[in-house]
Amino acid sequence: MPSLGADMTEGTLVQWNVKVGDPIKRGDIIAVVGTEKADIEVEVYQTGTVEKLIAQPGDKLPVGTPIALIHVEGEAPSPVVPEILAPKPAGRVKASPMARKLAQDLGVDLEKIPGTGPHGVIERHDVEQAAQAKAPAPAGRVESAAPTEPVAGMRHAIAMAMARSNREIPHYYLSTQIDMSVALDWLREFNEKRSIENRILPAALLLTAVAHGLVQVPELNGFWVDDQLKPSPEVNPGVAISLRGGGLMIPAILSAQQKSLEELMAALRDIITRARSGRLRSSEITEGTITVTNLGDLGVETVFGVIYPPQVALVGFGKIMDRPWAAAHGMLGVRPVLTATLAADHRATDGHRGAQFLQILDGLLQEPGKL
Amino acid sequence: MTESEIQTAIFDGLRKIAPETDPRQLRPTENLREALDIDSFDFLNFLIGLHQRLGVEIPEADYGRLTTLAALIQYLSPKLTGGSAKVS
Repeated sequence: MPSLGADMTEGTLVQWNVKVGDPIKRGDIIAVVGTEKADIEVEVYQTGTVEKLIAQPGDKLPVGTPIALIHVEGEAPSPVVPEILAPKPAGRVKASPMARKLAQDLGVDLEKIPGTGPHGVIERHDVEQAAQAKAPAPAGRVESAAPTEPVAGMRHAIAMAMARSNREIPHYYLSTQIDMSVALDWLREFNEKRSIENRILPAALLLTAVAHGLVQVPELNGFWVDDQLKPSPEVNPGVAISLRGGGLMIPAILSAQQKSLEELMAALRDIITRARSGRLRSSEITEGTITVTNLGDLGVETVFGVIYPPQVALVGFGKIMDRPWAAAHGMLGVRPVLTATLAADHRATDGHRGAQFLQILDGLLQEPGKL
Repeated sequence: MTESEIQTAIFDGLRKIAPETDPRQLRPTENLREALDIDSFDFLNFLIGLHQRLGVEIPEADYGRLTTLAALIQYLSPKLTGGSAKVS
């Protein structure tokens, strides 16, 4: 059972898209797994043949439980299923130092709990969850029923991730105001020549600027794992998308730094549509390297975000609003102004570096034609 | 195309992006995006749907005018019927 998020401890196999004997290649969608948040299409990461389907539709299994055997091309048949489907390897259990110490203090057996960190690493919150699960309920406590409705499940998943974030991540916040007049004028001219299907929204321009900015400030793009920063070579911004039934998904647009503005706009439209119709893929759920939240549509001026662990930063955008702005020669003018914020993990970066990122972002938006 | 047919196209488009809502409950002058909680991406998808179904060009400069059901019908009617329409 793949881990499809820092907050996921178990999942339900909804359906297989393959049968025994089927050839599969990297990127194929082989199954659909139900999580607290949504049904997710599970991709495979290697090429080979389906040897055995262990789990059956309807099975609810802890993360890390093998659900299939895949004969990987060029290797002897083995129960090792590719990467995200892989069971925990025999021998030393992969766990962060903090998780090991906590497990010892709380008497939790690391062999018996699933890891929800990258590649199944057991992290501190996994141990805390396991300890809570085995502790008897205090006398007189009224146990609430487990969430069964999808929205309740999603609320629970968000609660777990956000509580972990506030517990573990020392956030710092920075904000800056960006004059968007050049960017919006450029976009207006750009869109005038295009059919409605190919027009670009300001949100796509902002996301492109973030992706380019992160190439210059890679410390904000990656993960805090095993007490150290691990920057990601790919910029995979997770886009916070509110769902119509309530709740939130943060699917990632993969390798955004390599995409043009038009490609990013198309990717955004595609991922928003699929998020809202429950057709996201596992890589889009697990490979986000930073989160971007845009609440401008709702009139919000400034976004103070909560970082999605183990990421180390979140960029927030508010509404582009007409504001008084000091123009040239000491004159005061009115400009469309955007408040951009950065919530960042102080273990990974300092305010100085965060400020440089916002400065770079502003600079990129003053030259939109180069994005 | 009649006003009623234009309205049907609008309702169908809104149902596609906000399937849990009933656009027939909208008041003519109510802000569509606020009432149905439609973000800028879904609003663009809605306009693209109208363009594809009705064959009407909708320049970006006009987006800001299309805030209510009444405004939408008033905007689309002359392009589809050659006349203006009133929404009751």
